[in-house]
Amino acid sequence: MTARIGVVTFPGSLDDSDASRAVRLAGAEPVSLWHASDSLDVDAVILPGGFSYGDYLRCGAIARFSPVMGEVIREAAKGMPVLGICNGFQVLCEAHLLPGALIRNDRRTFVCRDQKLRVESVDTVWTLEYQTGDEIVIALKNGEGNFQADAETVKRLEGENRVVFRYLDVNPNGSINDIAGITNERGNVVGLMPHPEHNVEALAGASVDGLGFFTSVQRFLAATVS
Amino acid sequence: MARVIVDVMPKPEILDPQGKAVTGALRRLGFSGLAVRQGKRFEIEVDGDVTPERLDDIRRAAETLLANTVIESFDVRTEQ
Repeated sequence: MTARIGVVTFPGSLDDSDASRAVRLAGAEPVSLWHASDSLDVDAVILPGGFSYGDYLRCGAIARFSPVMGEVIREAAKGMPVLGICNGFQVLCEAHLLPGALIRNDRRTFVCRDQKLRVESVDTVWTLEYQTGDEIVIALKNGEGNFQADAETVKRLEGENRVVFRYLDVNPNGSINDIAGITNERGNVVGLMPHPEHNVEALAGASVDGLGFFTSVQRFLAATVS
Repeated sequence: MARVIVDVMPKPEILDPQGKAVTGALRRLGFSGLAVRQGKRFEIEVDGDVTPERLDDIRRAAETLLANTVIESFDVRTEQ
């Protein structure tokens, strides 16, 4: 059965179409979800990049209280796979589905580059098709991607193998411990600043290293359904 | 109408890139010896009197939405 993967559109989302396209290219069925919707008839959810609500107040702070997020929080607690990309990662942190916060880049400029990453954990539903230690290249574009958390939280993330991706060669935004992405205790919620949905076709990306996100979750869903 | 002020500041241990940029700009303009941290100020018009219960409401609002207490602290006060 084809997995139904929801992609949420908030006012100000930009990469919802690319995320849906990546889902389709990877063989699943993308389902558009409007932020004001209060029902989720999907197997997994992606919160895409962009500037939800114009980044007013703080990135993700207002989107976090949209009706659809109430459902996402409820389903995530039951184990539904949730992926937050860039602004989506910020929304997940604001919703406390992931710890820490994203603040302004230490260099104070918007950064757009093909970013090398190391896959640190394959123990999540979104990364199980990678190998630990894989070096991948994924598009990165953000102004507020500087991951920060208190020392105890960082120690727990590191100790519990919940840092999923780390920046290699260059730390583009000042994130603590070069952290590019993290997961929750259960491994079903993943957030990262780089954009795997932009790296799914040779024509338009520096690599196709992002496809693994969208195939991983399908393999996970197939295994849990059968 | 009463007014309540909520000040939100980045916690001291959190890097404040905006404050750093302003600090640098001031130095370049010749204002020496000034270190700036930049926060946000919310001015809230309140219907009726500002009772202790009302202030508690606003504290809850600050904690829920106005500040992200992972990285920010806040202060609530009545403007005289």
